[in-house]
Amino acid sequence: MKNEEKVISVKNLVKKFADFTANDNLTFDVYKGEIFGFLGANGAGKTTAIRILCGLSSPTSGELNVAGFDVYKQTEKIKQNIGYMSQKFSLYEDLTVYENIKFYAGIYGLSNAQIKFKANELINKLGLQEVQNKLINSLPLGWKQKLAFSIAIIHNPKIVFLDEPTGGVDPITRRQFWELIYQAAESGITVFVTTHYMDEAEYCDRISIMVDGKIEALDTPDNLIKKYKANNMDEVFLKLARKN
Amino acid sequence: MNKSVIVNNLSKKYGETKAIENINFEVNNSEIFGLIGPDGAGKSTIIRILTSLILADSGKCTLNGLDVVKDYKKIRKIIGYMPGRFSLYQDLTVEENLKFFATVFGTSIEENYDLIKDIYHQIESFKKRRAGKLSGGMKQKLALSCALIHKPEILVLDEPTTGVDAVSRKEFWDMLKKLKEKDITIIVSTPYMDEASLCDRVALIQKGNIMQINTPEKIINNFTKELLSIKSKNIYKLLKDLRKYPEYRSAFPFGQNIHFTSNETIADIENIKNFLINNGHQNIDIKAIKANIEDCFMELMT
Repeated sequence: MKNEEKVISVKNLVKKFADFTANDNLTFDVYKGEIFGFLGANGAGKTTAIRILCGLSSPTSGELNVAGFDVYKQTEKIKQNIGYMSQKFSLYEDLTVYENIKFYAGIYGLSNAQIKFKANELINKLGLQEVQNKLINSLPLGWKQKLAFSIAIIHNPKIVFLDEPTGGVDPITRRQFWELIYQAAESGITVFVTTHYMDEAEYCDRISIMVDGKIEALDTPDNLIKKYKANNMDEVFLKLARKN
Repeated sequence: MNKSVIVNNLSKKYGETKAIENINFEVNNSEIFGLIGPDGAGKSTIIRILTSLILADSGKCTLNGLDVVKDYKKIRKIIGYMPGRFSLYQDLTVEENLKFFATVFGTSIEENYDLIKDIYHQIESFKKRRAGKLSGGMKQKLALSCALIHKPEILVLDEPTTGVDAVSRKEFWDMLKKLKEKDITIIVSTPYMDEASLCDRVALIQKGNIMQINTPEKIINNFTKELLSIKSKNIYKLLKDLRKYPEYRSAFPFGQNIHFTSNETIADIENIKNFLINNGHQNIDIKAIKANIEDCFMELMT
């Protein structure tokens, strides 16, 4: 492990909706600067767990600490210290590139001077100088996703949650996107990511696989592939994700 | 072989944006033909023109001899269409949706039950549940059942597996294979490159143009560069270092490996290895491999 500092600590997380148990006694830790893959079939309970970790929903029981804060009492603190991006919700389509950056940076409480600095830094890094005053809806999907990720970490959060960030993106842009993830992790940001691309699962430092509300496996991709006598993560996933 | 679908010089613009340009392809009878490409490539535009939902700016296409413009009413009877977005009636139950589609096409569930049996069977125990309350995988099965209930000659599926987990995707492709055996021609679009190998033939599409049409095997055989799969302990550093290799041509991460091509006709594996050792890499593994469809797609893009 690169770093022993825990940024997410989950002990015995249970979440019930009436008599349905969406999260059934989850226990895991995620460390600083780690790329943590959170996998599972549709309906396995991933989204429920992510919503709890982001402070958007309360657990039924369990002890959880995210970015140093308690998920029962300090949800606002959690929200300030994490970033979030998904394929479905990322940027405001009818604002320009620059306006989106300014808006999000403002929401996260950056000062005007910081916003200006960060916006320029980000626009240069992504090579968006030419389109900074164009509306988001005029940009190709791949650019949007890269911009959305960079904005999700504009306030230098401890953790960034990525919910299927690369769906539908072309294969080259998808890889450029992962380079941004590597960079973020190298700078100490923990990356918590879900994906349906199993080759992307192998880019993660560790992976958990949820099946029917439980964590069925949690280890490095190498160890999982060995343990399940598979050739790649795709095979591991197929062996685990549908037991019934 | 009989041509089921013929597409000739199809072009379409939305305002100033070219969605597709000069698209040509043919689909054989009872073939699984894949339109493979990322979002924005033009897949849905092609599909909507084929299904008579929008008009092309220019070009012509026929389905089993029927023209998509002149014969659109007849076309709608012989095709089954599953749009990318779930578009069944959320407030109707599973059974009501199926019955509705059967009635609209002047048939009944019983008449064509054989065709959908294998698929519908998997959701039949939920037949009293409202469609809006189904899981993603179940919605997909219901949508496919509804698209099949009038026994279409040609099935057109727009990204049926997008956002669906790896297991459900595999199940879905197994269902398509069975349908093909029942003599149904299938056109399917997908952004997942690995699904190309499950099609008989594919068109690789990018920015409104078809880059290549062929069987997956032949597309792979057309990849003429020597491809190396390289692994070391730190993949991000490996990627950055490989780009500094003097004969570097391309390097793309694939799972825990990096697929690498050099400018040399035959890459000097020893030399690459020494280069990496000098850059402090450990546990280096380099081997020549066969390209996959995604390698080919990226090669065609660059």
